[in-house]
Amino acid sequence: MPGNGSYVIDDREKGIFLLDRSVHVSEEILREEMRKIFGKCWIYVGHASEVKKPGDFVTRKVAGRPVIFVRDQKGQVRCLFNTCRHRGSIVSAERCGNARRFMCVYHGWSYGNDGSLARVPSEEAYTDAFDKADLGLKTPAHFESYKDFWFMNLDPDAPPLGDYLGRTRDYIDLVVEQSPSGQMEVLPGTQEYDVAANWKLMVENSVDDYHLPTTHSTWLNFMRNSGVVMEPPKGAGMVLPTKGLAIDLGNGHFTTDNVNFRGRPVAAWIPLYGEEAKPEMAAIRAELVERLGADRAKRVADTNRNLVIFPNLVINDGSSVTIRTFFPNGVDKMHVTAWALGPVEESESARARRLDAFLTFYGPGGFATPDDVEALEMVQKGLANWQDDRWSEMSRGMGHEDGEQLNSDEFHLRLFWRKWNAMMGEQA
Amino acid sequence: MSAVTRAEVEDFLYMEADLLDNWKLAEWEALLTDDAGYYIPANDDPTGDHRKSLFIIADDRERIHQRIIRVMDPNCHAEAPKSHLSRIVGNVRILSQDGDTITVAATFVCHRYRRYERMGEYVGSTRHILKREGDSFRIKERRVFLKSHELGSLGSVSFML
Repeated sequence: MPGNGSYVIDDREKGIFLLDRSVHVSEEILREEMRKIFGKCWIYVGHASEVKKPGDFVTRKVAGRPVIFVRDQKGQVRCLFNTCRHRGSIVSAERCGNARRFMCVYHGWSYGNDGSLARVPSEEAYTDAFDKADLGLKTPAHFESYKDFWFMNLDPDAPPLGDYLGRTRDYIDLVVEQSPSGQMEVLPGTQEYDVAANWKLMVENSVDDYHLPTTHSTWLNFMRNSGVVMEPPKGAGMVLPTKGLAIDLGNGHFTTDNVNFRGRPVAAWIPLYGEEAKPEMAAIRAELVERLGADRAKRVADTNRNLVIFPNLVINDGSSVTIRTFFPNGVDKMHVTAWALGPVEESESARARRLDAFLTFYGPGGFATPDDVEALEMVQKGLANWQDDRWSEMSRGMGHEDGEQLNSDEFHLRLFWRKWNAMMGEQA
Repeated sequence: MSAVTRAEVEDFLYMEADLLDNWKLAEWEALLTDDAGYYIPANDDPTGDHRKSLFIIADDRERIHQRIIRVMDPNCHAEAPKSHLSRIVGNVRILSQDGDTITVAATFVCHRYRRYERMGEYVGSTRHILKREGDSFRIKERRVFLKSHELGSLGSVSFML
């Protein structure tokens, strides 16, 4: 660690914020992050809609841990470590499915979908001290949900999820309120890809609107070609047609909150959706106004928000809704998983519009994400000079941190780094 | 309409592969019908319907045109400089012929190099719906199925796969 036990230089008097580039290249820091960040924070596991029926399960790696995200026979959603208590094999090799039992293929120990150890072949060979009741699949220390978003926490001393999420809940609500019944679902089809860059660069990128005009000029051209009117930015420091803010939600969480210009499936029409979409989109908006009132409906329908729940969950409510999470796989590689989210009661035509809008921007074949990936990989390549060019400059907007912060400032990026830096400085 | 031979279809697919490998996308676009579609389903839902399932690419004819504008733009950073591509197309089979509409299956391995690095191989199969036109074909639908469980280290599909 550099001077003063800190990875940042945070000089509020001068208005300068610098980040030590070792944070993106050091193996030792990555090992520490696994303990101090991923071992302490609430980490997103999955959405309840992925496991609709008893026995439905998906397997995935969360914070490096292979887990089974499953709904048991009684309907309870659970997170089980995918590791046999006998000799340690994973007990499910399937990516998803429906099962009453998970059987280890090595010696045949089998577990109920609530994790309890159900059967041990030739059990009579064990002494009385062998207690099956103590040998269910292990679980994270805590597993809780908010509005169907399930999180695990490996730290027994963690605060409750609700306290941890704090003010992010209002921004999750804005997403969920797209649905008349308050129920959103993850749609079929998962986008999974690696980025050859440190995972924290994706946190920055997910909310950094300063990069849009340069990184995404071809997307902006596409929007123009599709008939979206792009007014030149009017305010000082603005880089996009409409004003957007960066908002501190506490606890290292933050969001952008932007006046929409790019169209929203719920419910702001742009020419890209076609004339035929107008009546249905007007009806979607009318339902919002009736259910939520004019002001809240406007918040839901006319703002785009990229929400970061510290450390690694991003919910983008923009051209479409995407849940995106990512984990380090070495200092210079991350694994990204992205899903589309939609209201359960959505019509076929509205669902198709949502999915099409998703692909205009997001994902490995989208008109924008591949250029983000490229930018992050180019950063990682450039950081190879970190020992001789040590600090990243992140002071944008620092002169007015007490007041309103624009989405194109780096205020929210600094919030991340301040939280990360504080957690890394703790003894653990 | 006389029966189309596999050799004719193979010649067409090899020619298409050459255009895509060498970024001759205006020539490739000229092979498309006015209602052509280009689809790559998600790795974990290859039989999905793009109106119900999240795809990697689900382009209608206009979106294909916009995609070509985008990838040929020097500001398409993911493809500047352009990937070096080399695809081997094989196992070509005519699945059906109904009048002038021919459905063709093939497998492919597409090698990609960028920034002086090997990016890896995209492995999978294609299903073309072709329209007979004179002594050649036009492409009505091009569907690409990836075999890998996820994109993983292949990263993006920022070129025409």
